[in-house]
Amino acid sequence: MVSTIEAGGPEAGAPAERSRTSPARPLVSLSGVSKVFSNGTVALRDMSLDIQPGTFVSLLGPSGCGKSTALRIIAGLGEATSGSIDWPTSEFDASGQPHPEIGFVFQEPTLMPWASVFNNVRLPLRLKGKSRSASREDVMNALEMVGLENFAEAYPRELSGGMKMRVSIARALVTRPKLLLMDEPFAALDEITRFKLNNDLLHLWESFGWTVIFVTHSVFESVYLSDRIVVMAARPGRVVADLAIDAPYPREDDFRTSTVYNDYCRDVSNALHDAMDEKADA
Amino acid sequence: MSTLETASKPVSTPAAAVQEETPSSTDPNRLGERLIRILIPVAMLGALILLWAWYVTAYDVPHYILPSPSRVAKAMIEDWHILGPALLVTLKITFTALALALIGGVALAVLLIQSKWIELALYPYAVILQVTPIVAIAPLILIYAPTTQSALLICAWLVAFFPILSNTAQGLKSVDHNLLNLFELYGANRWQSLYLLRLPAALPYFLTGLRIGGGLALIAAVVAEFAAGSAGAGSGLAFRLLESQFRLNIPRLFAALILLSVTGVLIFFATSLISHLLLHKWHESAVKREN
Ligand SMILES: Nc1ncnc2c1ncn2[C@@H]1O[C@H](COP(=O)(O)OP(=O)(O)OP(=O)(O)O)[C@@H](O)[C@H]1O
Ligand SMILES: [Mg+2]
Repeated sequence: MVSTIEAGGPEAGAPAERSRTSPARPLVSLSGVSKVFSNGTVALRDMSLDIQPGTFVSLLGPSGCGKSTALRIIAGLGEATSGSIDWPTSEFDASGQPHPEIGFVFQEPTLMPWASVFNNVRLPLRLKGKSRSASREDVMNALEMVGLENFAEAYPRELSGGMKMRVSIARALVTRPKLLLMDEPFAALDEITRFKLNNDLLHLWESFGWTVIFVTHSVFESVYLSDRIVVMAARPGRVVADLAIDAPYPREDDFRTSTVYNDYCRDVSNALHDAMDEKADA
Repeated sequence: MSTLETASKPVSTPAAAVQEETPSSTDPNRLGERLIRILIPVAMLGALILLWAWYVTAYDVPHYILPSPSRVAKAMIEDWHILGPALLVTLKITFTALALALIGGVALAVLLIQSKWIELALYPYAVILQVTPIVAIAPLILIYAPTTQSALLICAWLVAFFPILSNTAQGLKSVDHNLLNLFELYGANRWQSLYLLRLPAALPYFLTGLRIGGGLALIAAVVAEFAAGSAGAGSGLAFRLLESQFRLNIPRLFAALILLSVTGVLIFFATSLISHLLLHKWHESAVKREN
């Protein structure tokens, strides 16, 4: 294991500029968050996690370990049963919301089938009361980011699965969010498309300085993308390892064949297996 | 900015692609298929009428039992001064009832989904009104309503109302939960969620209700008039039908009957067309499957 179970501030080694050890206050901080569903399922138990601004954090873990639940709670969809979610840098409550502009990409594309791609992407702006003409440029920019500017007038059913997912990403980007929450956005895609979207996402992240929390169950994907991987275990859902991936960005396809990458994959994989064994013991 | 367009850069613009998909009348295959779609039902209808005409003459059936098609046609033309206004009355009742059912059904459906309490309080009465046979309520309505016309209208409305209400309410409730989450995340208010999400999502359900309600409105208008049994200037096709039966004017009865079924068929086509026009761009039910 590269690093030990520790939420928030691990030891040295991270690059200075987006370091987890940086003294900057976290963008969002979960402390002691638990979630018990009405049927008694303990989806999360005592989860604590600080997310530093500008980082790319992956939540990695087996199916049912509460990754989606954690993401939803951060987004304010569904209350935590106990514990608290804090947004220490409170510069963004101009809109009256306690958290910054959030972009959320669901596990499924979640598009409105009756609306064109343009109108789907425009939705967040429309809900904020922005007129069609005033949003046009933002929407087209977002579509351009995901390479779908020629499909603005198409309907979701005319798109392939990967294209739908990209529309959903464009919709999350259109408000220029500070924090991007993505729930296994590429899980249903073929490997080639996934690799391509991985690269695109990294490019966008690097050029806009977002904070990304990325849920995945793929070790390889998490290592490729993240500068920090939070490994979770199931029943009850909890954080079992917190690993830094100290490989420099930009990462391109050749990173996938590097030894650094492979070493990290092995480490993360081990951490994940430990997590699953731990579950068997519990 | 980013590099991702390569894989799926379209060769033609999507607008062109969409146009290619819609059936164009210049395509000989499509045209042929459309012709067949019209020709087969028309040919079938012609054959049935011929069979009917042949049967009546060959077996010398008396016209007060089964009139020949030509006698029915004659009755239609000669009695048009009676049948035409009667048709108008029936149409007026049917469509007014449908329009009111549409407004009432959608409005009540929207009200019902606002809270569990409202639903618990109101829905049972909608069900009771629906399951009680309309012929059984009609006499009572005839007593309470100021005019026969308004009584017929109320009957037709009662019958058409329920399918629109229940389908729309069902549609308003079966919205994708993730989309609801999305709206919540972006701080949508009640009105926005209703207008931008619930109503469009309910549209296919509503249209199913409309198709059922449209047919039922006509049936109810006729049944209620049978029950009312009123005479006079303002009577509709149902009364003319009964009247023809009493007078053994069977050709006119057939003519009235044909007008009723044509009306029913036209309502069916009209509601199906509306449904197609509203849904063909996105809903599975109206989209041609292309695998
Ligand atoms: N609405 C709910 N009601 C009851 N239990 C739920 C509900 N949603 C999730 N759970 C339970 O909570 C646990 C965590 O679910 P969650 O969806 O967060 O898992 P996940 O890590 O995202 O899994 P996956 O990788 O399969 O998406 C699961 O055991 C699940 O059964
Ligand atoms: Mg999940």
